[in-house]
Amino acid sequence: MTTARPIDTTRTSPTTAFLAVLGRDVFVTGKELPAFLAQVLLQPFFFLLVFVVVLSTGGFVSAGYGEIMLPGLLALNAVFGALQAVSFPLVFEFSYTREIDDRLLAPMPVYLVAVEKMVYAMLRGLCASLLMVPVGLLMVDVSWPVAGLLPALLMVVLGATLGATIGLVIGTSVQPRRIQVLFAVIFTPLLFTGSVQYPWLSLGDLPWFQVLSALNPLTYVSEGIRAALVPEVPHLPLPLCALVSVVACAGFGALGIRGFLRRALD
Amino acid sequence: MGEYAVEVRELVKRYPKNPRNAVDGLSFTVERGEIFGLLGPNGAGKTTTVGVLTTRVLPTAGTALVAGLDVVADAVAVRSRLAVVPQRVNLDRSLSVRNNLVFHAAYPGVGRAERGRRADELLDRMGLADKSDALVDTLSGGQSQRVMIVRGLMHRPEVLFLDEPSTGLDPQARLFVHDQIQALRAEGVTILLTTHDMDEAQKLSDRVGIVDHGRLLALDTPARLVRSLPGRATVEVTLARDGLHPQALGGELAALPGVERVEQLGPPTGEAAEARLRLYVDADPTALLGPVVGALGARGAALTDVALGEPTLEDVFISLTGRELR
Repeated sequence: MTTARPIDTTRTSPTTAFLAVLGRDVFVTGKELPAFLAQVLLQPFFFLLVFVVVLSTGGFVSAGYGEIMLPGLLALNAVFGALQAVSFPLVFEFSYTREIDDRLLAPMPVYLVAVEKMVYAMLRGLCASLLMVPVGLLMVDVSWPVAGLLPALLMVVLGATLGATIGLVIGTSVQPRRIQVLFAVIFTPLLFTGSVQYPWLSLGDLPWFQVLSALNPLTYVSEGIRAALVPEVPHLPLPLCALVSVVACAGFGALGIRGFLRRALD
Repeated sequence: MGEYAVEVRELVKRYPKNPRNAVDGLSFTVERGEIFGLLGPNGAGKTTTVGVLTTRVLPTAGTALVAGLDVVADAVAVRSRLAVVPQRVNLDRSLSVRNNLVFHAAYPGVGRAERGRRADELLDRMGLADKSDALVDTLSGGQSQRVMIVRGLMHRPEVLFLDEPSTGLDPQARLFVHDQIQALRAEGVTILLTTHDMDEAQKLSDRVGIVDHGRLLALDTPARLVRSLPGRATVEVTLARDGLHPQALGGELAALPGVERVEQLGPPTGEAAEARLRLYVDADPTALLGPVVGALGARGAALTDVALGEPTLEDVFISLTGRELR
């Protein structure tokens, strides 16, 4: 055997390495497909079941509530699907398992490893959101305008990217022993102040909660998707939603990459 | 291509909030095809040095080249020339053994067919052929260690960094890993070994560098380092303590002709029933047995054991870095 013969370096490039690392992540997701589906579909399914089917049957919510909530759930799935796909694995890869080491030794710049994490998470968020569509259509009566589908998809992509960037910030800043606190202190407030379950403009009588919701970037994803799919419901203007999402992506993305470099290099 | 596999010049690493440099002006070179042992107590700067060489730690000053490439300026190229086998298992738990290898080789762009062929070949060579589809979590410590070595070899590195390669391995696995390391050297792979295991370092290394406090204290072949110690051999005597003062006895023994230095082993005082003294001698140790026994007898010390020995790398290490616990 000729171990010492160097590899054919003509095929070594950051692009090759990037795609190979992404390929590894996609391969693992494919292997764990049932777990992935359960993770992304079960929670929104129960949201719809209780808030739309159960509560409206009992007359506690109005019949049209499902139309308001479904776009919010698409936003939630995009953001949280992506956020969870990068934050939890990263917390453990940087501490207990050190599985990240092998990727940090791949022949590509270290920041690209972080970008790969985000791209993969974004793809997961996108899938999580799109897979929610058929589930929602089965449970809720909707009439989405065709012209709204493309803007809605754009907002879903932005939402997934946003979730990926926030996930990178969390994944590089949270210690594993604090991960339970993460649920209580970050996830729960994010989940309930993101205009998922209510249109933001309906909060006129609760100004403090309206301000709180305006601080949650998820609000703009929810409102943007609502603007595209159910334009008859009062909503924030779509361009504003897109703009805030892009700015938030850039901010969290930069913060996340900085955190990643700090953790990866001494 | 540089002349050396590894070249470190005036390397300094200072961590923020730490007044002392972790690496403090370290310089050494590793020849191509050599097994180089980097030894030092905990906190001596070994891990930081290897971190710099493997592009994971950014140096504060100085330069480091691996395979002739600068580890900072050409970090990406350096990564495709080296491999790291860490002390702690960091295999991908989501993948089977074989997929760990195949994906690792995909990063530097090894072709699909070659990846598979090489994985099977190396698994077979490391006695892991039947573990090909096993999940990483089901492997024993020795098997994980071997898989990590195979992973490192997948992309044909020029320099292999091995960190404590046989910690926690049973004697069989340890011997196997040692044989494999020597076989790699025969194939021309340069190996930089960090270890606390002095027997391992002495057995495997062509040359050894001993570092402490971020500085190089000695660098030579194990044999020459051992020869550099005062005295060519050692005589170790064990005495019943019976109210004797080992220190006083040691002074007396040190005065014997041919004895260069006497070292007291074990706790200096306390309840231990026995005291041990090690004499470094520059004469034939058997010729000194008579005078030593005589001197001890004259003091009424009851000798319970005598051992003659050649000094080892451990003696060199201790004499350079001291006995204090880190």
